Amino acid sequence: MTRLTRAFGRYGPSLVLFGLLLVAWQLAVSVLGIREYLLPSPWSVVEALTGGDIAWTRHIWITSVEIFGAFVLATVVGVLLGTAIAWSDIMSRALMPFLVFVNTLPKVAVAPLFLIWLGYGIVPNVLIGALIGFFPVVINTAVGLNQIDQDMLDLGRVFNAPKWRVFAKIRIPNAFPYILSALKVTATAAVVGVIVGEFIASQRGLGYVIITTQSSMNTPVAFAALVWISILGLLLFGAVAALARYLAPWAEGSEQ
Amino acid sequence: MAPVIALDRVGMTYAADSGLVEALRDVSLTVEQGEFVALVGPSGCGKSTLLRLVAGLRAATTGTIAVNGAAVRGPIRAVGMVFQAPVLLRWRSILDNVLLPAELAGLDPKAHRDRALALLELVGLADFAAKRPAELSGGMQQRASLCRALLLDPPLLLMDEPFGALDAMTRDEMNLELLRVWGEAGGSGQGGVRKTILFVTHSIPEAVFLADRIIVMSARPGRIAMVAPVALPRPRTVEIRTSAEAGRLALAIYEALTRRVAA
Repeated sequence: MTRLTRAFGRYGPSLVLFGLLLVAWQLAVSVLGIREYLLPSPWSVVEALTGGDIAWTRHIWITSVEIFGAFVLATVVGVLLGTAIAWSDIMSRALMPFLVFVNTLPKVAVAPLFLIWLGYGIVPNVLIGALIGFFPVVINTAVGLNQIDQDMLDLGRVFNAPKWRVFAKIRIPNAFPYILSALKVTATAAVVGVIVGEFIASQRGLGYVIITTQSSMNTPVAFAALVWISILGLLLFGAVAALARYLAPWAEGSEQ
Repeated sequence: MAPVIALDRVGMTYAADSGLVEALRDVSLTVEQGEFVALVGPSGCGKSTLLRLVAGLRAATTGTIAVNGAAVRGPIRAVGMVFQAPVLLRWRSILDNVLLPAELAGLDPKAHRDRALALLELVGLADFAAKRPAELSGGMQQRASLCRALLLDPPLLLMDEPFGALDAMTRDEMNLELLRVWGEAGGSGQGGVRKTILFVTHSIPEAVFLADRIIVMSARPGRIAMVAPVALPRPRTVEIRTSAEAGRLALAIYEALTRRVAA
């Protein structure tokens, strides 16, 4: 089989389905005469993607920066907390109940508080995105650092390896696939958090664009913003998947 | 010269969910330099625990344990360990797995590269040095784990059912390999002395084929039920494995084991 036919075998069915849905959508709109503000046709959404009266570049840029910031913050904080939990029992007992409590909070409901504390701007949106996305990183980091065969840890003891060396040589590489699979969840969660933040308190960004279309009834623009958001989400997800293939190729297929 | 391993009335009791479990009772045993001693017994007789006590990875409840004349109070140095599973790091190449002990001990792995490659050559894995563990069969992985145990040329090897998870044919092959490595690596070892091996197995024929002496243990609490010297000549060959003498010894050990279990 050639590369092309194999690629088609893998992606073909979903592409065909996607194409059929687009055709059905276009037909439904034109045959049933649905008005634009209720359901715009695919074509008018495409036109709106670069539509002149919206400063798309600026909004996309702002949202991208926020998503990236939220993702990086969630990753750094998550890995640090997970490592602290795996490092010592005392830290684990101190941190875990608190983290579980934070995680059970409906984080979307906390978002308005961030506005009060931090005002408008990029920072509150980054924080909401990070808050929604960090928990899986904590858990997977801690699990990955601890999922070590007892025999392997005994080897470390026999060779008198200090704790940090066992972390560097054994525990941290072992945690890579776990962390990377958590980052796939975090990538999606960061997008949700940032958009929620923009809904609540923002004058820039794709979430803000969607909110403004409520009053203007400019539904094609809302759809276009959705398309842009999903493109950003896919790019981040793809980057994480590529990173996983690069950093932990041995785990391909076993950790998804 | 002090024996390599000396256990004096060692007992071990640990707390489990079901209450206190007495794993070992009143075990006294000495292993001399260069001796190959096999520990056999039913599962749960504490033979693996005994190995970990010798390594200093767990503490005895009663009695004393000494290695090379020094009381064991924590993980001992200069020991090679082979476990039932190969426990290789799956992100490392076979070569880097073999070099792990040097890294864990804070030594320069580059200085041990040549020895690691020589060991891999010795067990027929020279062509697999750059492969990851997942690309190797179970038997090949266990060979690599044997190389890892031998890297720093430890005078003492503790082996916990190292071939228990392998199929019968691979296991027989590995037995011959181990004896060969024991002879060859022993000759090239520190001061040219042969390594001392304490080898846990639940296979009587394996113990008979490999060991100089077999310690038969009874079911929990583990006690020494019988000590059987193996008078078979070395080097051991496939013919010796299937000889009548080996068969008689295996039968005697089998009877000692079943008698104890029934009693």
